[in-house]
Amino acid sequence: MLQIHCPYCRTERPESEFRYGGEAHISRPVEPAAVSDAEWADFLYMRSNPKGIHAERWRHIHGCGRFFNSVRHTVSDRILATYKPDEPRPDPKALSRGDR
Amino acid sequence: MRFSLLSLARNALSGNKRWPAQWRAPEPKAEYDAIIVGGGGHGLGTAYYLAREHGLRNVAVVEKGWLGGGNTGRNTTIIRSNYLWEESEAIYELSVKLWETLSDELNYNVMYSPRGVMMLAHTVHDIQVFKRHVHANRLAGIDNEWLSAEEAQAFCPPLNISPTLRYPVLGAALQRRGGTARHDAVAWGYARGASALGVDIIENCEVTAIRRSASGAVEAVETTRGVIKTKKVGVVAAGHTSVLMGMAGVRMPLESYPLQALVSEPIKPVMPCVVMSNTVHAYISQSDKGELVIGAGTDAYTSYSQTGGLHVSAHTLDAICDLFPTFRRLRMLRNWGGIVDVTPDRSPIIGLTPVPGLFVNCGWGTGGFKATPGSAYVFAATVARGVPHPIAAPFALERFTTGRLIDEAAAAAVAH
Repeated sequence: MLQIHCPYCRTERPESEFRYGGEAHISRPVEPAAVSDAEWADFLYMRSNPKGIHAERWRHIHGCGRFFNSVRHTVSDRILATYKPDEPRPDPKALSRGDR
Repeated sequence: MRFSLLSLARNALSGNKRWPAQWRAPEPKAEYDAIIVGGGGHGLGTAYYLAREHGLRNVAVVEKGWLGGGNTGRNTTIIRSNYLWEESEAIYELSVKLWETLSDELNYNVMYSPRGVMMLAHTVHDIQVFKRHVHANRLAGIDNEWLSAEEAQAFCPPLNISPTLRYPVLGAALQRRGGTARHDAVAWGYARGASALGVDIIENCEVTAIRRSASGAVEAVETTRGVIKTKKVGVVAAGHTSVLMGMAGVRMPLESYPLQALVSEPIKPVMPCVVMSNTVHAYISQSDKGELVIGAGTDAYTSYSQTGGLHVSAHTLDAICDLFPTFRRLRMLRNWGGIVDVTPDRSPIIGLTPVPGLFVNCGWGTGGFKATPGSAYVFAATVARGVPHPIAAPFALERFTTGRLIDEAAAAAVAH
């Protein structure tokens, strides 16, 4: 079970307190009617699904209830950083286990 | 060589030390007419049908590890065809029909055992959904029948149908032609059959890049054993499909998750069939070695770790202990994870891609083993002819752009 640091509660809690929210930094087209079917499909369905560094959303469903983002390595499952949604995505090269 | 009573007797007398290798281990050639990436059941089957049905014999299967070492060797081997939609019924029923004669066709015992697959209903909603499936399947000529809780227990005596369970068994849908097969034998049987027809099977050969010409078409794959030229590449790489397709610049509607399974210590025959429960999340059958084979769920998050969290398999064991109280004192011998590639509509993707010469067969999610023969059969036709086989056509990648999804979320037994 992952141990996840909630950037709002500023505490590390077990994964069972959280709900996974899928890939982060996917923004809904501002004018859905103006985009092509292919662009709409890309927004709805296409995912980067990397074997490596992955930015993803989590929600502290049994805690503060808020959404936040994390950067995790999908082979080791190690969480390298968690950050609030309005904060910029951390540079993967600068991350290490002790950085948060 | 062919297996026969005579060959078995002769080799028994010589201590089983003179069996020849069942497939060749050639060095990769400089060029092939087609390369299949992924040496699991689906990939090896594709190569077999390319050679057998389409006369395409200058074919290689490249596998980064060993044959059947991915999800083919990690799943719980359940076979059934009682899916809801006509498109799914067509491909899964083709598979069941091929399973029925596969051992004969390959001259290799894949141990297909139609012992019956029983899916338990625990809520009113389950009953309604399963009855809808039963009716849809029977309209399509596929066997599936509704059982009361008492009939379910008569079919599977260790099942606990006590009304005091937290999620009591209210009934079940039973497909009698469903069952299991021996996972390794499926990979080995197809490998042996393909190799005998001239297909080169190249293990320990990881694809590191897919080369495209100036026109965009596939022209070669770069591997850890050198560059191999080809005009057709079929990617059949399950959980690693997004990574491979990324090498050709194609984004996929896939997410990869670890799916877990575990086996108990071996005991005498006690489970006569396969039992699955969507609602409490448990899958169980017994292998011929006597181990109870138990399927657990996926982790909540995407991962390539091939392990998965312990709480996920513990959750399934909770459900097993409730449904089968006699199994409570059994010890579990091993647990493991396989990386499954899940699509948004829980149906596979089979067919052409935006890159000329690049074909893909993926997205089987948590239930690909049952489809191995049918998937390989229609994918081979698609690769050979360059147009989708009629059964594969609805599963094209374009459906995510056109919106014609095949929403099998209710039919897949894993609670997504």
